[in-house]
Amino acid sequence: MIRVMLPAHLRSLVQRRGEVELQLEGAATQRSVLDALEAQYPMLRGLIRDQVTQERRPFVRFFACEDDLSHESPDAVLPDAVVQGAEPFMIVGAIAGG
Amino acid sequence: MTGVRVLVGTRKGAFVMTADGTRDRWDISGPHFGGWEIYHLTGSLVDTNRLYAAQSTGWFGQLIQRSDDGGTTWNPVGNAFVYDGVPGTHQWYDGTPHPWEFKRVWHLEPSLTDPDTLYAGVEDAALFRSSDGGQTWQELSGLRGHGSGSRWQPGAGGLCLHTILLDPSDPERIVIAISAAGAFRSDDAGTTWHPINRGLSSDYIPDPDADVGHCVHKIAMHPSRPDVLFMQKHWDVMRSDDAGGSWHEVSGNLPSDFGFPIAIHAHEPNTIYVVPITSDSQHYPPDAKLRVYRSQTGGNEWEALTNGLPQRDCYVNVLRDAMAIDTLDPCGVYFGTTGGQVYASANGGDSWSAIVRDLPSVLSVEVQTLP
Repeated sequence: MIRVMLPAHLRSLVQRRGEVELQLEGAATQRSVLDALEAQYPMLRGLIRDQVTQERRPFVRFFACEDDLSHESPDAVLPDAVVQGAEPFMIVGAIAGG
Repeated sequence: MTGVRVLVGTRKGAFVMTADGTRDRWDISGPHFGGWEIYHLTGSLVDTNRLYAAQSTGWFGQLIQRSDDGGTTWNPVGNAFVYDGVPGTHQWYDGTPHPWEFKRVWHLEPSLTDPDTLYAGVEDAALFRSSDGGQTWQELSGLRGHGSGSRWQPGAGGLCLHTILLDPSDPERIVIAISAAGAFRSDDAGTTWHPINRGLSSDYIPDPDADVGHCVHKIAMHPSRPDVLFMQKHWDVMRSDDAGGSWHEVSGNLPSDFGFPIAIHAHEPNTIYVVPITSDSQHYPPDAKLRVYRSQTGGNEWEALTNGLPQRDCYVNVLRDAMAIDTLDPCGVYFGTTGGQVYASANGGDSWSAIVRDLPSVLSVEVQTLP
């Protein structure tokens, strides 16, 4: 089970107050987590990754285990603590006003 | 008694305001989509319970929301706005080529005949159409591809398509406007387009009379007289009597002919409204007085409407999509400000009162006249 922490704008959109829990088959990577997240919540398509290129949107960052994973390969396996559900995969809106 | 529903988009959410035909007492719901920018919120003329909202943020991009119950509940629909083919380049602010990039939806225009069909004007400028209630979107790429796109440039708000006018007498005719490219018309339901900017003059482009490059802020059309168009340009209030074939200035005695919105009285097609703003660098009313100006002669002769509006120390702006007219008799006029006030007049502009004063900065105002 993967725990995903969404930023406030997206939590309100999916109508969840806390974390989102995902069941994955296969390796847990940024891509597989986001694929599963978008499958569970289709309204998130295009809001974290570009609709066409599937690249991370510029003002979105990915953190886990106190590390910035934003610039890691989307196919790199996530840290063990995230894979085992001990730590959340955090989707964060960049600090850029608002 | 009939009533009205005023739809307000703000920098931090949407608000829905309803009143009976007296338009004295208002019920306000919201914020819907709190924390998101709502560039436009509008409703179908065919089914007044069908509403659409353009919801976005700079962080997470674009959503389209749809309500089938007059704004009580909402559901996200499609948000894949993908340009047709290789998007190419437009001009950047300094005149260099810049790739076309989708940023947000500025304006939604429902079909006059089908609640499931609507058009979206987007930044970077393009026109999209949905025929399934917003689930999927297809670009009408003949607009961007007609040949002048490489000379379009962004205005201060971006390269945005903000005006979509559907001709009720001719389903093949669509007029759109882009800041800063100008106005364009299609006579074949959006397949092919041509610029309609003859008579416009803009000193911020190398050739002031060029066929494209003009910063048109808004165009209004009365359904009973679709060949007559009124335009608020960056500077100048303009009129066309031949569906945009040519334009002439009708700024007349306005204290400033800079402004953003323009609207037409519901029952008097020669009565038009603008909100003069001091200048392109001073986006607040002249003399710090918030005045709507009304012309009952189709332009040139204007009167200030001030009763109930602040006449001192006022430094708000009224954005291009933030004025609307209902179809009751006498007709109501509504506008919202960047200071968060929404003003209403139930008598064609003779007097005004604030429906609400402390919303987030208002981006758009529409009104539905309810059966």
